[in-house]
Amino acid sequence: MQGSSEAIPGGAGAAAPKQAALRLRMAPKLAYRNLFHDRLSLVVTLIGIVFAVILLSFQSGIYLGIERTIAAVIDKTKGELWVAPIGTKSIDLPSLLPGRERYSVLSVPGVESVETLSMGFARWRKRNGGATTVLLVGSDWNTGGLRPWNVVDGSVEELAAPKAVAIDRTYYGDLDVEGLGDSAEINGMTVNVAAVTHGIRSFTTLPYVFTTLGRAQTMLGAKKWQGSYALISLKPGADEEKVQKEIQARLPDAEVLNRETFRSRSINYWLFNTAAGSGLIAGTLLALIVGIVIVAQTLYASTKDHLNEFATLRALGASSGYIIQVILLQALFSAVVGYALGMALTLGIFKLAEDTTLNVVMTPGLALLLFAVTIGMCMLAAISAIFKVIRIDPAGVFSR
Amino acid sequence: MSQVEVSENRPEPLLIANDIVKVFGSGAGEVQVLKGVRLDLVPGELTLLMGPSGSGKTTLLSILGCILRQTSGDLKIAGKLTKGLSPEAMADLRRHHVGFVFQSYNLFPTLTAMENVMLALDVRGRLPVDAPAKARGALDAVGLSHRVDTYPAKLSGGEKQRVAIARALAGSPSVILADEPTAALDSENGQAVMQLMANVSKDKSRAVLAVTHDHRILKYADRIIRIEDGTISTDERPKLAEQVTALADKLATHSAV
Repeated sequence: MQGSSEAIPGGAGAAAPKQAALRLRMAPKLAYRNLFHDRLSLVVTLIGIVFAVILLSFQSGIYLGIERTIAAVIDKTKGELWVAPIGTKSIDLPSLLPGRERYSVLSVPGVESVETLSMGFARWRKRNGGATTVLLVGSDWNTGGLRPWNVVDGSVEELAAPKAVAIDRTYYGDLDVEGLGDSAEINGMTVNVAAVTHGIRSFTTLPYVFTTLGRAQTMLGAKKWQGSYALISLKPGADEEKVQKEIQARLPDAEVLNRETFRSRSINYWLFNTAAGSGLIAGTLLALIVGIVIVAQTLYASTKDHLNEFATLRALGASSGYIIQVILLQALFSAVVGYALGMALTLGIFKLAEDTTLNVVMTPGLALLLFAVTIGMCMLAAISAIFKVIRIDPAGVFSR
Repeated sequence: MSQVEVSENRPEPLLIANDIVKVFGSGAGEVQVLKGVRLDLVPGELTLLMGPSGSGKTTLLSILGCILRQTSGDLKIAGKLTKGLSPEAMADLRRHHVGFVFQSYNLFPTLTAMENVMLALDVRGRLPVDAPAKARGALDAVGLSHRVDTYPAKLSGGEKQRVAIARALAGSPSVILADEPTAALDSENGQAVMQLMANVSKDKSRAVLAVTHDHRILKYADRIIRIEDGTISTDERPKLAEQVTALADKLATHSAV
């Protein structure tokens, strides 16, 4: 051993290439090992994060689902401008326009085409007795109007047949329908199910029933020149704002809205003029708070368990930044693992919800946003642990 | 206070403490633990700091290690005055110039022996390219090249303390401060660790100071400082004294002939 200390600095130069893999910074390794060393604490932390991720996913998934549900009809139509009865609060709260808007609009410079959309509440009388209210939608899709989408049984073309309607599979139970060919009555007129869609749900829970424009007008008691909305497509290069003003000037008894305005008006009505939106936002905040509290508690407990080690690190000369890095990495690892587990469970639950009336949506963008929120949540939760370690007195290492 | 005179070609001290005073508390609860301690540590020496419980050994060690700030007095390590330094600057001084060996080893249980040593290098900033080689070299120097991948729980007390010494050595500090390095060890392991510390102290660029109660290890000391009631009572170099006595005896015998 004599003189061995002289060999230390830079000695044992051999085996350096073999050790290249070991050149990872030690802070991530220490954070990872500390975290996975105490399995019970890790499980508690992960349960907290998973719970928060699922809750956040549900709240935001429902929010997105509601947005899409409310705006589904708007999103599926062509046309830049909508003519709606004055005071229309949402697409699915329709009333009738005065009439003949189509002819007034067609003569405005910049207008390419106008389609009439007829919507209204109707009474669906079930084949085995009883009745329910439906939202009847009539449009001529052959000329560019709204065409029922996600058809899984039958075809849209078959709606041209007399008495034909399309309904969504989700509402089979509500409408007392078992499949194609079943009959019922709408406002006293017999209808046959000629097409079945999948996933077209309404926020109001009233089933959508699609049919031709003429048949819907008849069932709703509207005149042939009367619709609920007029959908206007503009010629390429037309000045949307100018055309909108011109049409508005010609139709003082109606509102002319661009697509985005009508979309947000419909969404805002249901989400913020009712308790639905505030409930969702409160739920999301609650999920965040629960997540932060659980992660903060477990990270704090884990930090307290390793306090002597952090004091030793400080005594060895580690900067505050280095120690904070270890804590934040622990939080980051927890976030990544917790998010992965939480998102996997969420997607499984969302899959199960596909055939229910609950419309929950997960998009890559939302998943990415939730990942960022989860990381932010865990970083925020690390603050109490960080305050604990940066106040460590390294002199404590000498008295242990 | 008896002090053996040191020769004039004595090397430049790596650590100089002047009139170190440390007061804890205030008002009626004020306690002066250190009352003007003066000492320096020169390279190539193993110094033992001894004294009864409550004499201020640990407080002095903490101050010399830049962990605790003195109430008054000056401390200079590797030519740098610590007065007025921020806590981060003190930490910087520690990681570049001071190595610690603790009574309870203070190894990280979730890291292997090799990783424990590498951690001490990592806190210095960017992990050097030759960090694994340095860590391996340090473990080799303490005779643990065969235990590099072993976790502390699987090491004996003596081995743990040797890993701690390797950790202190890895960053090539100017000063190594050890707090009761043999207190948790049996006699055999204690002797082995002290032999190792004595070897480490032979490096001409390093000074080693160990706080101890263990009289079995006095033979390894180049210098023994005794502290009582916050002041240094004796500061001796027994080996030098033995050499001087032996030389005097030899000269006396030669004159008589």
